[in-house]
Amino acid sequence: MNLSSVLTLLQTALENGLALSVTVLALFLSYKMLNVCDLSTDGCFTLGAAVGAVVALSGHPWLSVLAAMGAGMASGLVTALLQTKMGVDSLLSGIIVNTGLYSVNMAVMGGASLLNLNRCETVFTRCRAFLEGSFLGGQYKLVVLTAAACLTVLFMSLFLRTRLGMAVRATGNNPDMVRSSSIDPSATTIIGLCIANSFTALSGCLLSQMNRSVTVDIGSGVVTIALASLLIGGVFIPRGRIPWRAAGCVLGAVIFRIVYAVALRFNMPAFMLKLISSVIVVLAIFLPYLKTVYPSIRKRFSRRSGRQA
Amino acid sequence: MLYVNDVSVTFNRGTPDCALALDRVTLHLPAGDFVTVIGSNGAGKSTLLNVICGTAEPDSGTIVLAGSDITAVPPHVRARQIGRLFQDPMKGTAPGMTIEENMALAAGLGGWFSAIRRQDRELFRERLSRLGMGLEDRLRSPVGSLSGGQRQALTLMMATFNPPKLLLLDEHTAALDPATAEKVLDITRRMISENSLTCLMITHNMRDALDLGNRTIMMDRGRVIYDAAGDERASLTVADLTERFREAAGREMAVDRIMLER
Repeated sequence: MNLSSVLTLLQTALENGLALSVTVLALFLSYKMLNVCDLSTDGCFTLGAAVGAVVALSGHPWLSVLAAMGAGMASGLVTALLQTKMGVDSLLSGIIVNTGLYSVNMAVMGGASLLNLNRCETVFTRCRAFLEGSFLGGQYKLVVLTAAACLTVLFMSLFLRTRLGMAVRATGNNPDMVRSSSIDPSATTIIGLCIANSFTALSGCLLSQMNRSVTVDIGSGVVTIALASLLIGGVFIPRGRIPWRAAGCVLGAVIFRIVYAVALRFNMPAFMLKLISSVIVVLAIFLPYLKTVYPSIRKRFSRRSGRQA
Repeated sequence: MLYVNDVSVTFNRGTPDCALALDRVTLHLPAGDFVTVIGSNGAGKSTLLNVICGTAEPDSGTIVLAGSDITAVPPHVRARQIGRLFQDPMKGTAPGMTIEENMALAAGLGGWFSAIRRQDRELFRERLSRLGMGLEDRLRSPVGSLSGGQRQALTLMMATFNPPKLLLLDEHTAALDPATAEKVLDITRRMISENSLTCLMITHNMRDALDLGNRTIMMDRGRVIYDAAGDERASLTVADLTERFREAAGREMAVDRIMLER
């Protein structure tokens, strides 16, 4: 393997990782802060890609980003209303919205399961034109994606410092305490999920415009892949101030894609991506759990062997 | 100030486990009253507090606080006027957040989009120093790293940061060791008198029930069976209280961890 092919491989991994990192940051908000496992993530990711593509195809590349985020916010609102106002269990409400979004996404894409963005203006083509001739000209994708990831980290860091952001964090931590602070935990859950889902949709929009196509299953498995990245990031930056942990999410996403790219290099078939992400999520949850139950398991075994002796 | 009018609460209505937790309770607390509540297990003491702060729904009756009927007001709205502490020190604070973040949420200073400002931090430090627990130097420590007593003192500080019209204490020192419990009770006494709060405090300690506050009520089987204040209460001893219970309830006071003496 020569140097240039290694660099290409790293670049692709970095691009995919950065595009995904925006979803990872969304889960950082909903899963880590709000303590809600939002299973509508897959559908919302596709929704962002589909809405973004349709608006871009109609000739509004910048508007496509806003439209995607708005659509994501609406999807988050539905998920949140189901669980806070309609008595649907939080996991189930995510699954229900995810299922419903499949139809919505097909409708948005005009009944097609594939949209081609090869000939239309996207945020990437606009940025390429803008950077033409400068030293960054060849890296326009990385510029767009790095900016998106940095702005999302910045937004999360600032938002979670505000009183509203603190109320969202406290809702995941101790909803009773939120209530006794005269704040309605339903409201903070709704706000948190709306924000998180708008970033998930942004992430889908960016990935599809980078790849210049949208398929209706572009989001399938994204929730697991993003969770794996989130948990990998948590291994490197487990605690500390929120800006660092948010940056850790981006790091986790990039590391995940690099490891995946290396595995592909060693002839692992591409379809293994989702199994790997599932195994990583299981390990990341199981290993800390094992640490807590290990002492009692050890005791049980040593007692057993003692009886035999 | 607080009127509990003819309130009944039934648990598990329509099932074989149906139980009457509050049986047409009527209670009036004038402003500035500090009432201690005693009674055997399952007497309805906590249910009374739940129904006042909105976490339990009354079958009938009304709750009136400071002139307005709050029976249908949701708990988080009532919390603007009612502060509450539980026996479990974990309930009142967010363990994953820092002391200053917890206080900022309780204090509600500044707008929804403002972060903790320097003057807020100064205020928090000054208030925390009054607890005498050294918390003023640990503003950025996670609350989860504090001891039960420290958490309970912090919760008390948070509940009274903006003095509430009514403070509800549900055996808030029962989970603490005796020395810490004494300290938290001391802080409680101070905060109530400094802010001239109206307070309803459940305790299982009969001595505390008589020493603290200006009035004591005794509950049994969902009813208030004895209510003492003024001179009558001043002459009461712990032995008198158990005697009163026997007279009113017609049996011995059965509490698995009642404390007759300290």
